[in-house]
Amino acid sequence: MLAVLNVLGSMLMLFSITYVLPALTSLIYSDGMLLNFLYAAAGSLLAGALITGLTRKHKRELRSRDGFLLVTLGWVLMSAIATVPLMLGLPGLSFTDAFFETMSGLSTTGATVLTGLDTMAPSLNLWRHALIWYGGMGIIVLVVAILPMLGVGGMQLYKAEAPGPVKDEKLTPRITSTARALWVVYFLITVACILSLKVAGMNWFDAICHAFATLGLGGFSTHDASIGYYHSPAIEAVLIVFMLISAMNFARHFIAWQQKSLRAYANDVEARAMLLIIGIATFGVSFYIWIHGVYPSYWTALRHTAFNLVSIATDCGLVSQDYGSWPAFAPMTMLMLSCYCANTGSTGGGIKMFRTLVLFRQAAREMFLLVHPQAVTPVKIGGQVVANKIVFAVLAFVVLYFGTVVTLTFVLLASGLDFLSAFSAIIACINNAGPGLGVVGPASNYQGLTDFQTWVCSLAMLLGRLEIFSMLILFTPAYWRK
Amino acid sequence: MKIIILGAGQVGRTAAQHLAREEANDVTVVDTDERLLRDLQDRIDIRTLQGNAASPQTLEMAGARDADMIVALTNSDEVNMVACQNAWSLFGTKTKIARIRSRDYTTRPELFVSTETLTPDKLFGFAVDMYLSPEEAVTAYIERLIRYPGALQVVDFADGRVRLVGLRALKGGLLVGRPLRELRLHIPRTDARVAAIYRKGESIDPEGETIIEDGDEIFFVAATQDIRAVMSEMRKLEDPVKRVVIAGGGNIGLRLAQTLEDQNQVKVIERDAKRARRISEQLRNSIVLAGDAADEELLVEENIDSADVFCALTNSEEANILSAMLAKRLGAHRVMALISRPAYAELMQTGPIDVAISPQTVTIGSLLAYVRRGDVVQVHSLRSGAAEAMETIAHGIRGGKVVGRPIEDIRLPEGAKIVTVVRGDDVIMAHHDTVIENGDHVILFLADKRHVEQVERLFQT
Repeated sequence: MLAVLNVLGSMLMLFSITYVLPALTSLIYSDGMLLNFLYAAAGSLLAGALITGLTRKHKRELRSRDGFLLVTLGWVLMSAIATVPLMLGLPGLSFTDAFFETMSGLSTTGATVLTGLDTMAPSLNLWRHALIWYGGMGIIVLVVAILPMLGVGGMQLYKAEAPGPVKDEKLTPRITSTARALWVVYFLITVACILSLKVAGMNWFDAICHAFATLGLGGFSTHDASIGYYHSPAIEAVLIVFMLISAMNFARHFIAWQQKSLRAYANDVEARAMLLIIGIATFGVSFYIWIHGVYPSYWTALRHTAFNLVSIATDCGLVSQDYGSWPAFAPMTMLMLSCYCANTGSTGGGIKMFRTLVLFRQAAREMFLLVHPQAVTPVKIGGQVVANKIVFAVLAFVVLYFGTVVTLTFVLLASGLDFLSAFSAIIACINNAGPGLGVVGPASNYQGLTDFQTWVCSLAMLLGRLEIFSMLILFTPAYWRK
Repeated sequence: MKIIILGAGQVGRTAAQHLAREEANDVTVVDTDERLLRDLQDRIDIRTLQGNAASPQTLEMAGARDADMIVALTNSDEVNMVACQNAWSLFGTKTKIARIRSRDYTTRPELFVSTETLTPDKLFGFAVDMYLSPEEAVTAYIERLIRYPGALQVVDFADGRVRLVGLRALKGGLLVGRPLRELRLHIPRTDARVAAIYRKGESIDPEGETIIEDGDEIFFVAATQDIRAVMSEMRKLEDPVKRVVIAGGGNIGLRLAQTLEDQNQVKVIERDAKRARRISEQLRNSIVLAGDAADEELLVEENIDSADVFCALTNSEEANILSAMLAKRLGAHRVMALISRPAYAELMQTGPIDVAISPQTVTIGSLLAYVRRGDVVQVHSLRSGAAEAMETIAHGIRGGKVVGRPIEDIRLPEGAKIVTVVRGDDVIMAHHDTVIENGDHVILFLADKRHVEQVERLFQT
């Protein structure tokens, strides 16, 4: 416990560096927020130094169980510390709302409780978006990349934070170089996204902010109307492409970049399944809302469906239309897709496509075994055998996932929210997608929730980002038994 | 350096551990046993891959295309040889090291061709640059320990011309209780250098005024023919070993018996009756006993109390520890045990067991020498891996970081010390004013292994 705090302290000290970006923005725009960021940075540095100093005697190599505590505590503490500039810069913002906002950023959910984004100080807007960007590839993975001293402990952290069922595979023999490789690829694609958005017509500031939001699949915007503000098909097209890229496995991007060829994608079953499902759903839903007369022409319907459906399905959460007012079939389809479309190792949330494929193959195997009781049929994904151990882990995860959704939905219902809002809020938060339906729909935001409901949503976001196991394990007696 | 290790057995695991500890190495381990690999990856920072070590597909997935070195350490000689050959033929891997156990192969060195010196018309044999035989190395190591009764550790440098010996000082040694500088007065014609002294586990810096105490663990370097004379300074010299009892007739036990049986009376105790019969056919002068080495009555009956050395060399380290302790209590003069785990070795060496032999650290040395930067000839782990002695060749022109400088001007990291210089056939004990020349073999002692890289960089030109 104390050894964990020691590492946590150095993480907090490192975290103070992240304030450089918004502080510079504040200097450029002279929006009067500079001091707030400096206070926040100093606070983070001091708190970190204090914790490290007090626990320096307990410094030791991290053990495998320490990873879970460190990751969970790290995310909670960093979200809490990240609220400082928001609370200083926006008087009247409660801690509950500020925490929701930063947790929403770091967990790349993109649900917001703030309005008046268009007139907000640029540095504050950038701070919100930067949080998404850090959280996308994982702040802990970033720390692993920077702090080689963690050694093997780094692998434990990586496993506790990285999404997906198969985490033992490293891209490179050293965990620090794996983490660094992922961040380099992430950074390069972000730069490509910024340039593309600039060419498509955004100004530099918006391009940077939205590129952060897209790569991390977060979905904060600098405008209350989100992408609807631009009325630009070009911008929407660019964003669709980058959202789909971000929803694929970054390890795959790294291999493709290393081999300088697209061959790596050829046998990516996950990406293929995602593109197929999203493609079919886009044409189906657009046809459906066109038939129901939401838009006069099919092409308009297709354009708006494509953008909003991709955005929700990949768990990004940028919106261009109030799809909450479309016939219920459309938004519900989108929410359902958000549960499983993102790939393993992407910045998206939810169950992940790999687990979904495993579940379906497993179900098919059970049926096959009813017909041929003597048959030997391993579960295979893309020609690779999936070990039974992983199949069991996937089953356990899905049970916990739906259990969590049901429980938290009931908690929100008990607190007085209507069913549609409660259910969609939990689904949107646990998948790190962003906007829900009803009170928390795309036309409004999470401002209407009570303090208690806001905290429940914050919890759902964290559970979703850490894929439930890493956090729930802390509440089992076995974890704390010496 | 990118290194692929094939086989996650005991030697493979230790190799991975040692190699990954050095920051510059990227290690990938291949084995067929997934459980072993998962366990290994949880403990050290490496990549693992499940598969058949000799298969080209596995090798490619492990990154053979841009690997600098392949170390084949599986328990099958044939797999190791084929894996090295495949890595060379298909991927052109530069350095290939194989573990070869069987004497059938090692006695025909023409089977192995180093590709560093390969010319196209000499394309025969397996592309193996170096082969390790852990059993052979361990046997040689034990043999040296038996030749120098009283030594804890004896390692060779400069093709055996210089040896580093570790031993415990005991009352009765001529120098015990006296300052170190008197060593020269006692034995004027021989030259030796004390590299390190450990007192109650703590390292102290050996200087002229340092007084040797009873119980100190001392490491010294001397020319091979002078070792006995120097040892007599540290403890009362013991008679040469005559009666040896070996527990365990496995590969190492059998080899040791074969090497010793001409000059000593050797008894081998082997539990498996069939195996006992097999080795009795291969031994000429030894007595082979079928029975349990931890059987008190058997030991007493075979006069364990008059044995000079008892070596427990079975596969099970727990059995080794127990039988060695028992033999000691029953009166064996000196007991040695093969102990793999460093934690056990440390527990035992201060207790009833005189020498704990770690088979991996013995084997790993020549492998480490290959990986090190600079021109490193030999590396030996000391004190269960905490300290290290290495032999490296100084290159460069005068006025460099090393060559042309007197030793006192060379900026060595803390705890590192130049002990001896071998120039051509001369063995020169290092003094503060000894000047290093191009081509010298320099023998260093490192009290702290973490400084290895700094030393390497110093000697790299």
